[in-house]
Amino acid sequence: MPRLSYRKALTRALTDEMTRDESVFLLGEDIRVGASNVTPGLLKRFGPDRVLDTPLSEQAFTSFATGAALAGLRPVVEFQIPSLLFLVFEQIVNHAHKFPMMTGGQCSVPVTYLVPGSGSRTGWAGQHSDHPYSLFAHVGIVTVVPATPADAYGLLASAIRHDDPVVVFAPAAALEVRDDVDFATLAPVPLGRGVVRRAGDDVTVVAVGHLVHDALAVAEELADQVSVEVFDPRTIYPFDLDGLLDSVSRTGRLVVVDDSNRSCGIAAEIITSVLERVPLVAPPRRVTRPDGAVLPFAPVLDRAVQPGREQLTAAIQLTMKDRS
Amino acid sequence: MTDADPARLYRTVRLIRRFEERAIALVRSGHIVGGIHPYLGQEGIAAGVCAALDAGDLVTGTHRGHGHVLAKGADPARMMAELCGRETGLNRGRGGSMHAADLSIGVLGANAIVGASPAILTGAVWAHRQRGNPVVGASFFGDGAVNEGMLLEAFNLAALWRVPVLLVCENNGYATTMPVAGAVAGTITGRAEAFGIPAVVVDGQDPEAVRQVTAAAVARMRDGGGPELVEARTYRFDAHHTFEHAVRLAYRTPQEVADGRSRDPVDIQGARLSPADREAVDAEVETTLDAAVAFALAGPEPDPAGALDHLYASGLTARGGS
Repeated sequence: MPRLSYRKALTRALTDEMTRDESVFLLGEDIRVGASNVTPGLLKRFGPDRVLDTPLSEQAFTSFATGAALAGLRPVVEFQIPSLLFLVFEQIVNHAHKFPMMTGGQCSVPVTYLVPGSGSRTGWAGQHSDHPYSLFAHVGIVTVVPATPADAYGLLASAIRHDDPVVVFAPAAALEVRDDVDFATLAPVPLGRGVVRRAGDDVTVVAVGHLVHDALAVAEELADQVSVEVFDPRTIYPFDLDGLLDSVSRTGRLVVVDDSNRSCGIAAEIITSVLERVPLVAPPRRVTRPDGAVLPFAPVLDRAVQPGREQLTAAIQLTMKDRS
Repeated sequence: MTDADPARLYRTVRLIRRFEERAIALVRSGHIVGGIHPYLGQEGIAAGVCAALDAGDLVTGTHRGHGHVLAKGADPARMMAELCGRETGLNRGRGGSMHAADLSIGVLGANAIVGASPAILTGAVWAHRQRGNPVVGASFFGDGAVNEGMLLEAFNLAALWRVPVLLVCENNGYATTMPVAGAVAGTITGRAEAFGIPAVVVDGQDPEAVRQVTAAAVARMRDGGGPELVEARTYRFDAHHTFEHAVRLAYRTPQEVADGRSRDPVDIQGARLSPADREAVDAEVETTLDAAVAFALAGPEPDPAGALDHLYASGLTARGGS
């Protein structure tokens, strides 16, 4: 079976959606040459009217996309750097997100914001290493964090077809993931639907994005001690609470590993939403970035503030010892 | 294809004037909550610009946006209902004064974030033209917006990609209370010229002058030209916002206000009609607005059960708060 890399899956989804629907177009910085290595070849294939390389004017081109969407097109805006989303938070939240409600349903704003390389890329330091998906969940924008190549393809395709703004966070740490994939099976993945990546009986670990792979590795390491179920929500907002409750109501224990800052991160929301609905046999735990984290430059410091396998292992073991 | 009929232009100016005066009365009577940003004194700009646009052309407005929406042709009754927060309003009562929109006539909305809408309009005009619909656009913004980085980014994009948007700066002298001299280094037209955008100053109190300047720019844009800027010099006759009617802010002298009000666009355009024609227009406008206010006040308030309606165009339903 052919191997598909996460990054090539994104390229393939863009290509397929642009081929299928001529209202889809791309804009962003350096996309004509594919500086993020997601758009190479697309300019040649689709031409400069559908692959718009932009000046460094993130706020203007983000709102340009809003206007184009109001006029019936389906823009995909690429951001090379996750922290640029802070710069365009105003344009996305105040305009793209609010227009359907503020106009009383007169319009839709089908824009996809693609971040091919979110989170730490060891060595990129404070202003290039954020992973701000929880921020978008908080304001109610559809937010996906695919973990696998097939999901990268399927969630990006669904995002482009969706009639509201969607942010697609492709974790930097997942970009090199490769899977055996039957290309014929590549298809849109429904938004808002999680998946159990590994079945288990004792504890449910919710892992977001690249941390799914860490959670699977930890589950294998601990296999002779504890039976770990790994739940990948895939979409952060709207969250597949029913899917998670189905898992947690069997295992009775919950650990969330989330590459967000701790306060108001999605882990807090996931845990609270579960506790509102089902009792657990042990207190839930979360492994996150620290409160207010700014990723430091030095590699050992960078790693020290990211959620990792050791902390997840410890959290699982503590949860197994605890009783409510 | 511009509308040079002085009576029609006068009617638009007069309609906006009397709409605003009635809206202020409805603020005072408690029927409009949250107040409004009156467009009084600036009516000639929206009226003159929109008289030079076609029905399919696009506009974006500002927080002081009633005039832009009305001049583009919105139904005053549904507009007033929107201000009153009624289900029968343009936005079903979800937008109010600062967000009134009617996409069916090319009004992409009043927008309450200063300097935000020109980039949106640029994208919308570009997209329509990509789809084979050769529209142009006009984006209204105030003198306060010219110090917003986003606006200048939009100037650059529009000029770079030659998107035919008319950038209409309504220079009423104040960003809320901040005078232009205290906020603007250089000039407003100079900002456009720095991007290679032709810029002209026009007397914003003269609706016909605004119409003529706009018509010339629109003709060039329809002929393949890129964006142009019009700085319309005007004066805000009333408050920044109706809260000032209760809380007097001392930033303009009575003499300055009196001088500013001495050049009234309603009178300037009205003088181009015979007294009888002007009276006829005035009477028709009052009839229209009587009906508009009656329609607005008769409209039902939205059902609270629908408070999350339209949050998502996709039909996604959000969790409630309890």
